[in-house]
Amino acid sequence: MTYIAKPKFHHPGLKKNELGYTHRDYEGKISTLCAGCGHDSITASIIEACFELSIEPHRVAKISGIGCSSKTPDYFLGNSHGFNSVHGRMPSVLTGANLANRDLIYLGASGDGDSASIGFGQFAHSIRRGVNMTYIVENNGVYGLTKGQFSATADRGSRSKKGVVNTDNAIDLVAIALQLGATFVARSFSGDKTQLVPLIAAAIQHKGASFIDVISPCIAFNNHAGSTKSFDYVREHNDAVNRLDVLVGREPIHVDYAPGTVQVVEQHDGSRIALRKLDADYDPHDRLGAMTFLQKHAAKGQIVTGLLYVDPEAEDLHAHLDTVETPLNTLDARELCPGSAALDKINAGLR
Amino acid sequence: MKPTDISAPDYFHKVVDCQWACPAHTPVPEYIRLIAEGRYSDAYMINWRSNVFPGILGRTCDRPCEPACRRGRIEENPVAICRLKRVAADFKDDIKHRLPRPGPKNGKRIALVGGGPASLTVARDLAPLGYHCTVFDSDPKAGGMMRSQIPKFRLPDSVIDEETDYILNLGIEFKGGHRVDSLKKLLDENYDAIFVGSGAPRGRELDIPGRKEAAANVHIGIEWLASVSFGHIEKIGRRVIVLGGGNTAMDCCRTARRLGGQDVKVIVRSGFDEMKASPWEKEDALHEDIPILNYMVPVAFIHDNGKLTGVTFQKVKAEYDAKGRRNLVPSGEPDETVACDDVLVAVGQENAFPWIEADCGIEFDKWHMPKVDPKTFASTNPKVFFGGDAAFGPKNIIWAVAHGHDAALSIHKMLSGEDITERPLPEVQVSSQKMGIHEWSYDNDISADKRFKVPHRDKVIALKDIRAEVELGYDLKLALGEAQRCLNCDVQTVFTAPLCIECDACVDICPMDCITFTQNGEEDDLRQRLKAPSPHHDQALYIADGLKTGRIMAKDEDVCLHCGLCAERCPTGAWDMQKYLIDMVHAGSTCQSKARSAA
Repeated sequence: MTYIAKPKFHHPGLKKNELGYTHRDYEGKISTLCAGCGHDSITASIIEACFELSIEPHRVAKISGIGCSSKTPDYFLGNSHGFNSVHGRMPSVLTGANLANRDLIYLGASGDGDSASIGFGQFAHSIRRGVNMTYIVENNGVYGLTKGQFSATADRGSRSKKGVVNTDNAIDLVAIALQLGATFVARSFSGDKTQLVPLIAAAIQHKGASFIDVISPCIAFNNHAGSTKSFDYVREHNDAVNRLDVLVGREPIHVDYAPGTVQVVEQHDGSRIALRKLDADYDPHDRLGAMTFLQKHAAKGQIVTGLLYVDPEAEDLHAHLDTVETPLNTLDARELCPGSAALDKINAGLR
Repeated sequence: MKPTDISAPDYFHKVVDCQWACPAHTPVPEYIRLIAEGRYSDAYMINWRSNVFPGILGRTCDRPCEPACRRGRIEENPVAICRLKRVAADFKDDIKHRLPRPGPKNGKRIALVGGGPASLTVARDLAPLGYHCTVFDSDPKAGGMMRSQIPKFRLPDSVIDEETDYILNLGIEFKGGHRVDSLKKLLDENYDAIFVGSGAPRGRELDIPGRKEAAANVHIGIEWLASVSFGHIEKIGRRVIVLGGGNTAMDCCRTARRLGGQDVKVIVRSGFDEMKASPWEKEDALHEDIPILNYMVPVAFIHDNGKLTGVTFQKVKAEYDAKGRRNLVPSGEPDETVACDDVLVAVGQENAFPWIEADCGIEFDKWHMPKVDPKTFASTNPKVFFGGDAAFGPKNIIWAVAHGHDAALSIHKMLSGEDITERPLPEVQVSSQKMGIHEWSYDNDISADKRFKVPHRDKVIALKDIRAEVELGYDLKLALGEAQRCLNCDVQTVFTAPLCIECDACVDICPMDCITFTQNGEEDDLRQRLKAPSPHHDQALYIADGLKTGRIMAKDEDVCLHCGLCAERCPTGAWDMQKYLIDMVHAGSTCQSKARSAA
């Protein structure tokens, strides 16, 4: 880790967002992860996305579990709310927080161990319930903190740093999320910020359960020949189905894509995503098609990335439960306690 | 763009903005680090080798390094490089044993005309090589204008004595009080080479009505300063006008304040901001209650039967033509007469060579300046070299020193039978500063401190004593604080493309957004696509290709803090922090570079 604090000086000509902040204002502490960790690029992408969306830092709650990935909320949005929870329990804590205060933006940071092993059930239920959140899995296929054993997302047949072949089948979190009804599902790569930043921005704007699986090479234990989550392997096998720009009433976040067919998706809250199709046959509104496409390409050893599925008419848990618009944590006794007359009425109805 | 050739000595030299801007190319960050370590003598010796007069320059240099300092592009003020140089001089131990010794005589004799910084630099470079150097000066002591024109409250005699003695003690023959009035005679004395470092000794006249009549109270600035310096003048009238806006004018007005001038004004033709004086010298004058009036052109000296009573000025304003050139045109306001008892004219200096006869083989140009080669400093007479103000007109001490080094090299090469136009390349060392996984041999933690002010003597006391030095210099605590502001620009970010795995760690950590990985393109296009704006096109882009994805690495050197975080966060060592030291070639350089690596 680095011993010095990142200098406060910044480039004198840095762009400012609508709030007058530079992207430096969305940083946290300096990373203590290994040098070159893919997670740090995801951190930088979250910072960039929040900067571009002009999000007020105090409107964000970042919640994580345990693991390399779950350390990252310390490195971004230093002025936001944070909760570093028990291993694998990020989804439950996030669900609870979201129920108590629906007004915040919920950012769940998790890893392949945290979400595909110990917290697999938690992950499944938060998606299934449609909690309004952006759930990011920083997926490196190994347990980095315990020196690089295969995790549950490691591909069958891939090799560890010492040359051991993985004989277990891999859990594909994207496929599970699609099956469980996530209304925004994407996959990306930490080494491709032009794809990742708009995906995170679109996911934050999506009202419903957004899930992004980000392949993030572990420099220390999973960036060798034989790994399927190394920089080289992912770059060689990356099959991006689309690229997107997020339109938030101002300039698009990224515009440096090769021209292609553009499809504008308008979401429930009025925000728009401009999709540039790279694969003409891919339809991001077809859940079943997406699942098939994913399986077919996985069988060929290809890693499908991009916005894989979005439901523009999605609803979230609060809509399902028909809760009041006011966050529950701000309701006072008068609103929560209807009084003895109302109680008598209810009791009478039960007699 | 083509990949950057970092092996070219100039590439990294330019990144060390201060050193590049310094005419003598003093390794500034290197000596500032030594000051921070408390190694004042080592810091002094680095300066001494490069700029010869650290104590003098640490008080008086025009500091071209400071406007160039990278820190000035990152926050409001550059590092106080000049005053840190003085710290090295103030706090060093006895360094006499570290000075070169006169070498065994080689039988060659050099005459040096003028005992100022240019000649003394030539003598210092040549004497240790065995040359017999004879310095002629019309003043009794060495130093030239450093002694005669810079007021003692800025530069005490003791400092000049010390640093001129270091040179004269190298076995140099100093003929003080000996004015050379004929080059021809000097040539006849069969010296092997002659160096002319006689300065620009003549103050420019202001020929306007009343000048002759009021002559008793109208003084030429540099002559008047010299007379004050040598104790010939001890008084001036109560009301004094100083005409001119350069550093000499600032010295004149501040000196006048100490000799009885109570109402001293500086009056300049141009606007305040365009004055030639350095901003800090203007500040010092204003601090001593000297108003500076601008846009006033003197048109006549007013006198009462030969007794000066005032100066009349025409009011002007600045107008800019289509090409942006400034013209001063009458503003239409009535002329103004400012009453005074004395006037000091400091409107410029001129060269004068009445002692160079036409048949000496020295050709002059249409401005009556000798034709001098800007690289070798040779004149049209192969035995005669020029340097300092005598070569290209009035500049500063540091330029005279730089000229002196180059002229000495030419003389040495000529007398060794070599071609003087072949200039050897400087010696460059680049070495990794990595000490551990995240440890460097330099302090890479960036100080956020603002520039520290140099303590001044109390104004009331300072104005009473013309020899009381106004600036007291940094104490050690302030010096350490100021030294820590240096960004160590000589510790270079060196990129090795084949090692890079394009993980983006350097891009993400860089506090200044200097690094971009992108498709290659022409420079103008590329500068548009960098992660942060790139307004300074004189600052290089460091380009490296050969990456797996076919992209290039582009680093804008402009505002890099040299904090080394790119190298700390790089998992493969593709980035490394390497110290770049460049040794400018002086006469007899080889032995010097050996001494240098010890520091």
